Amino acid sequence: MTAAQSAGPAAEGGAPGQDLAGRWPRVSAVLWRRPWARASLLLTPALAWFVLIYLAALVVLLITAFWRINPFTSNIEQVWGLNNFTLIFQTPAYRAIVLRTVGMAAGVTIVDAIIALPFAYYMARIASRRTRTFLYVAILLPLWASYLAKVYAWLLIFTHDGLLNWSLGKVGIGPVSLIYSNPAVFIVFCYVWLPFMVAPIYAALERIPPSQIEASQDLGARTWRTTRLVILPLILPGIVAGSIFTFSLTLGDFITPILIGGSGSNFMGNVIEQSVGIANNVPFAAAMAMIPIAIMAIYLLLARAAGAFRSL
Amino acid sequence: MMPGMGTFSRAARSALVVAAAGLLAAACGGSGGSATPPAGGGTSAASGGALQVPTANLPVLQKIGKGEGTLNLIAWGGYLQPLWVKPFEQQTGCQVHGTEAGSSDQMVTLMKNGGNGQYDMVSSSGDADLRIIYAGDAHPVNMSLIPETKDFFPAFQAPAFNTVGGVHYGVSLQWGPNVLMYSKKAFTSAPTSWSVLYDPKYKGQVTVPDNPIQIADAALYLKTHDPSLKITDPYELTQPQFQASVKLLTDQRPLIKKYWGLASQEISEFKNGDATLGAGWPYQVSALTDAKFPIGSVVPSEGATGWADSWMLAAKAPHPNCAYMWMRYISQPKVQAQQAVNYGETPDNKLACPYMNKIQAGSCALYHANAPQSYFDSISLWKTPVATCDNGQQDCVPYSEWQQAWTTQVTG
Repeated sequence: MTAAQSAGPAAEGGAPGQDLAGRWPRVSAVLWRRPWARASLLLTPALAWFVLIYLAALVVLLITAFWRINPFTSNIEQVWGLNNFTLIFQTPAYRAIVLRTVGMAAGVTIVDAIIALPFAYYMARIASRRTRTFLYVAILLPLWASYLAKVYAWLLIFTHDGLLNWSLGKVGIGPVSLIYSNPAVFIVFCYVWLPFMVAPIYAALERIPPSQIEASQDLGARTWRTTRLVILPLILPGIVAGSIFTFSLTLGDFITPILIGGSGSNFMGNVIEQSVGIANNVPFAAAMAMIPIAIMAIYLLLARAAGAFRSL
Repeated sequence: MMPGMGTFSRAARSALVVAAAGLLAAACGGSGGSATPPAGGGTSAASGGALQVPTANLPVLQKIGKGEGTLNLIAWGGYLQPLWVKPFEQQTGCQVHGTEAGSSDQMVTLMKNGGNGQYDMVSSSGDADLRIIYAGDAHPVNMSLIPETKDFFPAFQAPAFNTVGGVHYGVSLQWGPNVLMYSKKAFTSAPTSWSVLYDPKYKGQVTVPDNPIQIADAALYLKTHDPSLKITDPYELTQPQFQASVKLLTDQRPLIKKYWGLASQEISEFKNGDATLGAGWPYQVSALTDAKFPIGSVVPSEGATGWADSWMLAAKAPHPNCAYMWMRYISQPKVQAQQAVNYGETPDNKLACPYMNKIQAGSCALYHANAPQSYFDSISLWKTPVATCDNGQQDCVPYSEWQQAWTTQVTG
């Protein structure tokens, strides 16, 4: 804001008494001479939005985490303390929920990477142009459908009288009870976040020049060795970028556990949702929300060390 | 470009600091001001002193004046059907704007700061009413302006869940039991006791509400089955009684298929064969019956918990005249009957019975509108658990601990 305002008087000072039409070239000239003013003008709206709406909200959240609520009226009391954090770390249930969430996020990330790697490889290096387009659309198309519609579709597949048990019954295998359990939540998570893993890996694979692979083969490396020593290091930033998506999205999701999860399916997102929506305990929810933020910060630092942002 | 960028980021940095500091000041100043009045009453509640209602002495309306043209209501889903809202709008000129709330706690949240000068009334249940009242978010109501309530059953004339120290903060609305639901595909005869919900035989087939007040259901069960605990009121539990109830629910957890959050979830669980037993509302029973599902429901021998809803007046209601008109309208026997049959609950107005039968033959008996006092006595209506027990002792477990135990011990 300050930068933009200071650009105004400078332009006016240079052109007193002139009409508006004559002033415009001067303004652009001033902006040309002062690159910082140009940059400020371009970036101020976006930056103001970012700072005021995005960062400020996070800062307020951070502060709220150190307040508490009156247990009976559930009004926020601005009494500073670490009670919310000690409660999280001292309650076995909350510790279990944090571990369960991180475990789920890690598991989903690993399985999605294992599924996405050969798929993206086939798309990028083997498939014909037409097949590649078809596969790319097939991966991206579900992203256009509503998240809820996809989760409910899985609900219909998994229920006791659902598609899965109907199909199993046709081949003579007894009904399985998958719905309302953590394995069901795991499968749905792997499904909904898969495109976020395939896309960056595919982009990384596509960027590898064929000559490098040929060079590796010319030097006598077989398929596995080329994959391990040439392709994997080159696409590692893509895998890490994809894992940031799958990991953070799983870490914060609460809708799939609500709809698909059972009696032991409380995740961090659910605790936050319940703390705000049911218990009206915003300070505790804020403290709980700090944990995924901290985990993601550590994760991003590790990702940076792995070189995930080098190509950005 | 590089030097320019350097200048820019310095400017950006200072802008960030200024903005953050400004917002901080605004946040602290803003909520600091509004938090001051309730904090007095709140602190005494926390320290266990006598509870005071901050709004008890506010002047009440003396005469219903001209309507303001608008009425903003927070309601349970299904409580603002066009069937009875449309005629009200035509009669009074008050346009009803409804906000649907999904849980008692959400209602308490929306009513914060007296409804913020935005909401006029909320159709909250007994487990939320006292929290709204003691937080200073409800306004005293002049019952002499609502003569229709004279026809209410005595229990709903001045019930403890919406009337404190003789001061009314809303009008009673409807009530109903939390029934034991069972799939007739799995049970040829109705279970007679809640014990089926705690029986390992039905592992993975049971579904109960995801609601801390569920602890009262366990307490009600223990009232009959463990007399040594000496439970008299499932909402006033001493620490040992509370612990025993929570333990019963913790042991029940492996049997639970799902703790349902929405009525529609429980309906689809039964429909899809994932649950055969559960605790629910008559609403789910009638929805499943309408869908031709063989569902049965019963109030078992131990009795049941239940809810009783009230239209509570917000402390800062911007349209009080329309609010009083609504309280009069919704208390009429015919409107009470419409809502009772539509939702599957029991009206508070004792004259509603013939109107119910006119809408749907036999519905008066079906929804217990003419049931004897003994039926009413078998239902323990929801109320907010507070530290002060009825006997004046301070050793009861307050609702915040119920919430905490529910999330950290039962469902965690």
